[in-house]
Amino acid sequence: MTTATAYEVNGQTIDHDEEGYLSDIHQWTPELASVIAKSENLDMSDEHWEVVNFLRDYYEEYQIAPAVRILVKEMTKKYGKDKGDQKALYALFPYGPAKQACKIAGLPKPTGCV
Amino acid sequence: MAAVTGFDPKAEVHGDPIEIPTLACGAMANSKPFAAGPAHQAALGFPGELVEDWHDKAIFRLGELLENSRALRVYLDSCVKCGACTDKCHYFLGTGDPKNMPVARQDLLRKVYRRHFTWAGKVVPWLVGAEDLTKDVLADWYSYFHQCSQCRRCSVFCPYGIDTAEISMAARDIMDTIGMGQKYSNEIIGKVFSVGNNLGLPPKALKATLAGLEDEIEEETGVPVKLPLDVKGADVLLVTPSADFFASPHMEGLIGYAKVFHEAGVSWTLSTYASEAANFGMFVGSQENMKKVALRIRKAAQDLGVKRLVFGECGHAWRVAYSFLDTLAGPFDFLDPAYPVPQHICEFTNDLIEAGKLRFDKAANDSFRLTFHDSCNVARASRMGDAPGGQFEIPRAVLRATCNHFFDMAPETTREKTFCCGGGGGLLTDELMDVRAKGAQPRMRALQEVAEEHGVTHMAAICAICKAQFSKVLPMYGFDREAIVSVHQMVSNAILLTGSRQAEEYDARRKSAG
Repeated sequence: MTTATAYEVNGQTIDHDEEGYLSDIHQWTPELASVIAKSENLDMSDEHWEVVNFLRDYYEEYQIAPAVRILVKEMTKKYGKDKGDQKALYALFPYGPAKQACKIAGLPKPTGCV
Repeated sequence: MAAVTGFDPKAEVHGDPIEIPTLACGAMANSKPFAAGPAHQAALGFPGELVEDWHDKAIFRLGELLENSRALRVYLDSCVKCGACTDKCHYFLGTGDPKNMPVARQDLLRKVYRRHFTWAGKVVPWLVGAEDLTKDVLADWYSYFHQCSQCRRCSVFCPYGIDTAEISMAARDIMDTIGMGQKYSNEIIGKVFSVGNNLGLPPKALKATLAGLEDEIEEETGVPVKLPLDVKGADVLLVTPSADFFASPHMEGLIGYAKVFHEAGVSWTLSTYASEAANFGMFVGSQENMKKVALRIRKAAQDLGVKRLVFGECGHAWRVAYSFLDTLAGPFDFLDPAYPVPQHICEFTNDLIEAGKLRFDKAANDSFRLTFHDSCNVARASRMGDAPGGQFEIPRAVLRATCNHFFDMAPETTREKTFCCGGGGGLLTDELMDVRAKGAQPRMRALQEVAEEHGVTHMAAICAICKAQFSKVLPMYGFDREAIVSVHQMVSNAILLTGSRQAEEYDARRKSAG
């Protein structure tokens, strides 16, 4: 019943699950991030990369994406209160900074009551 | 992700919350969750894919469930088709699909029950609405038993008290048994077994998250409020949904619990091993998995040597905790008998408020004009405190103590008649967004009414699923995403911690005002 398919990047096929999250998170590359973003109708700006890079660094350290509040705090530090709050993050990732940004960063989907 | 089809929430937000929709036969027949993969199934002891003898296995399992639950048999036997439940389900009101009428949902299982477990159904099936379990019926089960959030609103109106939630749970149990599990719930239960919580949050990350919150609170108030983890000998073990460590506004509620514990001077701790209050074993109707999740709480309480058990804001967790914990993981005779086992954080806070032990600057919440969404599992499957209706009164008492502006929504949509948020019972997954958005309609209409009548800007809830679901659907209906708040977020905003900057400023203001 699964509908898994794959991303195409530089002639390579990279498998993802029904929702577009990578089957093997080690296959992530910055080029792939742009391809995933495109499939989500997003163009990667510097701000998008800032979030994606932060998520990946955090994941490497803690094996999980950061809480939305932690992400907001980090972005506020970088861009000030106006451009770094939760609304600004949703403007960057309309489907939610946690889920959509994780997908683009090649990380597993946060699960549970979130 | 599944699109919300043929439905414009912004156009639907005005109107009577309980308006009966025009029938739309088969409108939601294609709504179904992703299937659990073999690995997710195996972790729970279920077959990885549909087994070859699925029909016989399903009937056999139904027989076992009937043996074990007299209630299930009574629910399947006693419906007289009076119609009282037909317009009571939020998914029916939002979709118009007649198979979302509770009686029709029950009949999906009832017709198979009659065929195999009643004399008339075996002999003259066509006379008594008995039917064989075919692949088509099974497909209907998978679709429509995953359009029930097990909220039990229909059972309030049923003259026989038939509980559709129990029927949905039984159907999901049967489907798991034959290899037709649902990805969302089953993957999550597996994470509880392997990591300790639904989120998959490892101990190191939990520790760092809590340390970060401690820094934030101290920065904000000047008071070193702690969020202790795995502290042996603490008085209270707080078990809370892992969403409190990750999502907003959940985490703002967690900050509130910490401030209350601090101000009360009660020693408390969280546990990495029991870093999850929610028990998705209930959603899939699996007693065995529900028990395994519940036993983690018992083990944590014993290992840490605590005296009391308190649960954070979580709806289904509270149902399992309040109604089943003793059966699943009891007896809890090693805890201090002077306190309820378990106790709800709202009750804990309200006791302190009533004893005059907490001070609030209610004006700190003056930018919030609040209403309260009764979470379905707290409202209809549990109690809180020692008086009937405490589950309705206590959270409202906490809000009234912390906010100046509180307004209730229409009575046919609150308290025991409350509507599910639309995402409960294992439906809080993106591929079900269509049914989630439509199922939220009655609540969104009730909210719209108080927004227009009283200028309500925010809605508080005490369930992690409600909070996550509303964060998603509020903007669809034209509300602000951050209009959903935690009850203890309001506590956190207004509490005057002894020695805090906020308390000093408040007292100075009072003094200068004479």
